[in-house]
Amino acid sequence: MIHFLLLISRQGKVRLTKWYSPYAQKERTKVVRELSGMILSRGPKLCNFVEWRGYKVVYKRYASLYFCMCVNQDDNELEILEIIHHFVQILDVYFGSVCELDLIFNFHKAYYILDEILMAGELQESSKKTVERLIDAQDALVEAAKEQANSVSYIISQALSTKLSWMNVNYLYFVI
Amino acid sequence: MALSGMRGLSVFISDIRNCQNKELERLRVDKELGHIRTRFKNEKGLTPYEKKKYVWKMLYIYMLGYDVDFGHMEAVSLISAPKYPEKQVGYIVTSSLLNENHDFLRLAINTVRNDIIGRNETFQCLALTLVGNIGGRDFAESLAPDVQKLLLSSSCRPLVRKKAALCLLRLFRKNPDVVNVDGWSDRMAQLLDERDIGVLTSSMSLFVALVARDYDSYWSCLPKCVKVLERLARNQDIPQEYTYYGIPSPWLQVKTMRALQYFPTVEDPNTRRSLFEVLQRVLMGTDVVKNVNKNNASHAVLFEALALVMHLDAEKEMMSQCVALLGKFIAVREPNIRYLGLENMTRMLMVTDVQEIIKRHQAQIITSLKDPDISIRRRALDLLYGMCDVSNAKDIVEELLQYLATADFAMREELSLKAAILAEKFAPDLSWYVDVILQLIDKAGDFVSDDIWFRVVQFVTNNEDLQPYAALKAREYLDKPAIHETMVKVSAYLLGEYSHLLARRPGCSPKEIFAIIHEKLPTVSTPTVPILLSTYAKILMHSQPPDPELQTQIWAVFSKYESCIDVEIQQRAAEYFALSRKGAALVDILAEMPKFPERKSSLIKKAEDTEADTAEQSAIKLRTQQQMSNALTVTDQPPANGIPSEPQLGPVKVPSMSNESLNTKDQVLTQSNGSATNLQTSTPSPDLLADLLSPLAIEGPPVASLESEQNAVTGSEDTATAVDALALATVGDQANTVQPIGNVAEKFYALCLKDSGILYEDPYVQIGIKAEWRSHQGRLVLFLGNKNTAPLVSVQALMLAPSHLKLELSEVPQIIPPRAQVQCPLEVVNLRPSRDLAVLEFSYKFGTDLVNVKLRVPAVLNKFLQPIPVSPEEFFPQWRSLSGPPLKLQEVVRGVRPMPLMEMASLLNSYHLMVCPGLDPNTNNLVASTTFFSESTRAMLCLVRIETDPADRTQLRMTVASGDPVLTYELKEFIKEQLISIPSASLPPQPITQQAPPSSSPISQSDPGAMLAALL
Repeated sequence: MIHFLLLISRQGKVRLTKWYSPYAQKERTKVVRELSGMILSRGPKLCNFVEWRGYKVVYKRYASLYFCMCVNQDDNELEILEIIHHFVQILDVYFGSVCELDLIFNFHKAYYILDEILMAGELQESSKKTVERLIDAQDALVEAAKEQANSVSYIISQALSTKLSWMNVNYLYFVI
Repeated sequence: MALSGMRGLSVFISDIRNCQNKELERLRVDKELGHIRTRFKNEKGLTPYEKKKYVWKMLYIYMLGYDVDFGHMEAVSLISAPKYPEKQVGYIVTSSLLNENHDFLRLAINTVRNDIIGRNETFQCLALTLVGNIGGRDFAESLAPDVQKLLLSSSCRPLVRKKAALCLLRLFRKNPDVVNVDGWSDRMAQLLDERDIGVLTSSMSLFVALVARDYDSYWSCLPKCVKVLERLARNQDIPQEYTYYGIPSPWLQVKTMRALQYFPTVEDPNTRRSLFEVLQRVLMGTDVVKNVNKNNASHAVLFEALALVMHLDAEKEMMSQCVALLGKFIAVREPNIRYLGLENMTRMLMVTDVQEIIKRHQAQIITSLKDPDISIRRRALDLLYGMCDVSNAKDIVEELLQYLATADFAMREELSLKAAILAEKFAPDLSWYVDVILQLIDKAGDFVSDDIWFRVVQFVTNNEDLQPYAALKAREYLDKPAIHETMVKVSAYLLGEYSHLLARRPGCSPKEIFAIIHEKLPTVSTPTVPILLSTYAKILMHSQPPDPELQTQIWAVFSKYESCIDVEIQQRAAEYFALSRKGAALVDILAEMPKFPERKSSLIKKAEDTEADTAEQSAIKLRTQQQMSNALTVTDQPPANGIPSEPQLGPVKVPSMSNESLNTKDQVLTQSNGSATNLQTSTPSPDLLADLLSPLAIEGPPVASLESEQNAVTGSEDTATAVDALALATVGDQANTVQPIGNVAEKFYALCLKDSGILYEDPYVQIGIKAEWRSHQGRLVLFLGNKNTAPLVSVQALMLAPSHLKLELSEVPQIIPPRAQVQCPLEVVNLRPSRDLAVLEFSYKFGTDLVNVKLRVPAVLNKFLQPIPVSPEEFFPQWRSLSGPPLKLQEVVRGVRPMPLMEMASLLNSYHLMVCPGLDPNTNNLVASTTFFSESTRAMLCLVRIETDPADRTQLRMTVASGDPVLTYELKEFIKEQLISIPSASLPPQPITQQAPPSSSPISQSDPGAMLAALL
C-alpha cells in the first residue's frame, strides 16, 4: 500500500503531496523535511529505494523533480517505481511535455489526475487512455458549467436567488 | 485541455515564487491567509468561483508546510454544492487537506452518502474517491453496504465499480470489524471473472486485503487467480491500452501473485501445474532489455514470481533456478536489481536446503557491504546477518568489525548490535567472543549500547575459565592512550571482580590496577563513577591482608566522594568507606558476584524488538518469522537455556546496600517466576526453544537454586515481595521475552476500584476493560488492541472461572489485525459470595514470540456491592437481630496500615461500603452498610462496624454482619485485606491481598489472610 506520495523539487520545495494514511499536519511537515533531506542528497547512480522508519520510499527523479512514494517494507518496489512512471507519462500527455512549472501552476490539475490513477493507496487504473478520457470528460463538465454561468438568463436567476441560497448553505451546517 | 483559468491563484503562486527568501514567503503567506480569513468571515459576498479559488490557495499554502487552521469548513461545504465544478473542488481539497480523524468530515457524511447512492455517475465517483482516500470509521459504519452494492451492481459502469472496490478496500482495511464480508467468497470469485482489467486490478487489491486476513474462506478463488495469471501470461483478451511496454498489465500480475502467497499451498494438481507453468515462463523468459521501464516492469513480475515460488516451496529444480538467478542479480551493475537481489536472497534463507548455495556468494555479498549506496549496504548487512552460522561466523564477524571503522554513522549501531549477536550465537570459543566485544567497544564505543557490555560481563561471570582471560584483556585495553568510556566501565568491572586472578603477572598488582583505573576517573562521566568506586572496593577486598598504602589511597577517594552531589555516588562512597573498615568481614560482604540466571539474550530480544516495530503484515513476513526459528533448530546447537538479561546487572549487588528500586526487584522476580514456571510446564514447542539456541550453552540452574539466587540478590527480607511476585498474575511464557509495560498488579488494583481502564499492556498488545455492573450480573468488554503494524496471530483467551462465578466470554478472534482493536464481551454472573478471582489466560504469537499471560479479572467481591444508606431506625434492629456467629463475626485486626479515619471512610466508600456517619456515637468508629448481590443470596444487607483505637492506628476491631454466614465471613476477610494493605499507585504491589489462584488447582486452598499473618 502506498502511504503517501511526495513531489519535491531539487531545491527541496514541495510541489505536491497526497496522503493515504492519516498523518497530522505536524507529522506531514516533519516527514517531508526528513525525506527530502535523505533523498535529495543521494547520488545519481544509486538505487531508487530508501529505507525509512520501517517503510520503504521508492523515488525517481524526472528533470528537476523527485517523485517519491512511501510503501510497506515488503511491497514490490519495482512495481511502485513503474506506477510513478505511469503517472509521469499521463502528466506528460495532459500537459504536453510536462515540466515543473506546469505542475506548480496547475497543481490542482495534478490532483485531479492523481485521483484517477491512485486510490486508497493502490493503483486504480493502469490504462493511460482511460485516465486521459476521464480527465477530458471532467474538464468538459467544468467548461459546460462555466458557459452556463456566463449565459445572461443564468446571471439574472442567480442574482435573484443568491441571498436565499447562502442562507440555505449556512443552515446546512446545522442539519448535517 | 483546460488549464488553470484561475488568475488569482496563478498570481499568488507567482508571488510566492518571487519571494527572495523564506521570511518574505512567510509574510506573503500570512497576508494571504489574513485575506482569506476575512473573506470567509463574511461569506455573503463570496461567489462560488471565489470560494473555489480560496480553498485552492489554502491547499497550496498547506502543501508548502504552513499551518492552515481555518477554512476547513468552507472546503467541506463545497462538497454539498449542487454544481460539478464546486463539488469537485470540495471533494479534492477536503481529501487532501484533512485526514480521516478530522471532525468536520462527519458533517459531510450525509452529502457523501447521497452522492454515492444517487444517480449522477460523476458525483458517485467523486464521493467514492473521497471515502477511498480518507474514509474513517464513521464512513465505514454508514457507507459500507452501499459501496458493496455498487461494486456488485451489474448496471454500474466499470469506472464506478473499480472505485467502489478500492473504496471498500480502504474501509475494510481500516475497520474490518465494521465491514461485513461474510459470504464474500462467492462474490469475490465472481469479481475475479471480470473482463475489464481496470475493475479486475482494483478487485484484486481488495482480494489481497481479504485473504491477508482470512485465506480460509477464499479457497474457491484460488483457481480464479491462476486463471487470471494465465490470461495475462498468454496475453489473451488483454486490450492494448492495458499493456505496459508490451507487458500485459505487470501490476495485475504482481497483485495476483501476491494474493496467491497468502494461501499456504496450492493443492489441486491441475491448478498447481498451470501455476507452475506460468511461473516457469516468468523465471525463464525474463531478459534484461535496454529500456529501463520495460526492464523494471518485467523484473517486478519476476521478483514477485520468485517470492511465490519460495512460498510454495516448489520442486528442487525450480528453487535452484531461483538461487542462480539471485546470484546473478547481486552481481549486476544495475543498483535496483542488486538491491532486490540481496533482499530476496535474505528471504530465500528461510527456504531449507539453499543456505549452502547462498554461502557460495559470500564474497560477493561482502563486496556489497562496501557499496556506495547505503540502501544496498543495509541489505547486505541483513543478509550476512541472516546467513551467518558456525561455519562462517568468524569470517563474517571479522568482516563486520573491519567495516565498522568506516561505516556511516547511520549504520554503526545496528552493525555493532548485529556483530555482537553473531559473536554470541556462533562463537567457536568464548575467548574469541570476548575479543570481538572488546574490539567492538574499542572501535565504535559510541554505538555500543549498554546491553552489549552487560552481556559480556554476564558471560564472564558465568564462565570461570574465561575470567582470567577477560581480566587480562581488560588490563591490556587500559594501557591504550585514549579509550572509550564504555571500555572504562567494562574494564573496571572485570578487573574489580577478577584482577586478583592476574596478581602474579607484571603490572597487575592491586596497586597497579588501582592506579591505572584511577587514572581514568577524572575523564569519566557521572554514571561511570559508581562503577569505579565498586571496583575500588573490590580491589580492597581482594587484597587481604590490606596493603596500608593502597588502603589509604582508596579511603581518600571514598571520603572525597562522600560529599558528592550525586546521591548514588555519595551513598556508595559512604557505604564502601564504612564497610571497608570492617576488615576481614568485608570479604563476605563484597564477595564475588554469583552467576547470573540464564535467559534469552537481551540483545537478540532488542534486535527483534526493532524488527517488530517495523514489521509489516504479510504472508512472507509471517512465514519468515516462523521459519526463522526452524532454520535455527537445524543448526543443531545444544539448546542453551537462554541467557540472562540486563536488569540484574547493576554492578552493586551487596544486599545491605542494594540501591535498586523495588521495581527492578519486582521485575527480576517476575522474570524468575516466569522461568520457574517454565521449567515445570510441559513440552515447550521446538519453535520456541529455537530462539534461545546458542552455542554458548550454560547449564541452566535448577529451579531451586535460581530462586535462592534471586533471594540472595534482593535480600531475604523481600520474601514477601517474592511471594507476591510469584502470585502476580503475569506468568511469563517459555520465551518470556515480552515484558509487560507498567505494573500489572497495579493495573489490576486500579480496576478493582474503577470500571474501565487498562488491564494489561506490553509492546504488542493492550488489553482494556470496560465494565457495567447490575446487581449480581456484570457485563464486561475486553478491548484487545494490537499496537503493531503486523497482525497478532494465534490469539487465545481462556477464562478460568472460580466456582462462584459464571463467566461467558464471547469468541476471541484468532488474529488481531495490525493496529486494530477487537471487543470481546464477557458476561459475569455471581452465584454466591466468595473472594476468589477469575483468571484470564491470554496468549498470542507475535513473530517468534509466544506470549502467554495470566491476568486476574477485576470481577471482585466489591463489584457486587451496592452502597445503601441506612437510618438509625433501620440499622439498630437489624444489628441486634443478627446476633453472634456465624451471621455476625468480630475480629481484632492488627498490622493495619495506619491512616486517618477520614481516609479509612473514603476507602470503604470506594469499595461500595457506604459509611453512615452519626450512627455510632463514638467518633473513632465507623459504621457502614451495603447490599450484596448474588444468585444464592439475592440482595442481602450487610452491616459493618469498625472500632479504631486513636492511640494505636495499626489495630482495630471489626464487626461484620449479614444474613448469610458465608457472606459475613467473606466480606470480613475482604475488608481486612483492604485495610491491611492498600495498593496504591506509588507503591509496588504489597504483600498479597488478593492472590491469583493457580490455574490448575482449586482456589482458596491457601487463605491469604493466614499467609499474611505468617509474613507479618
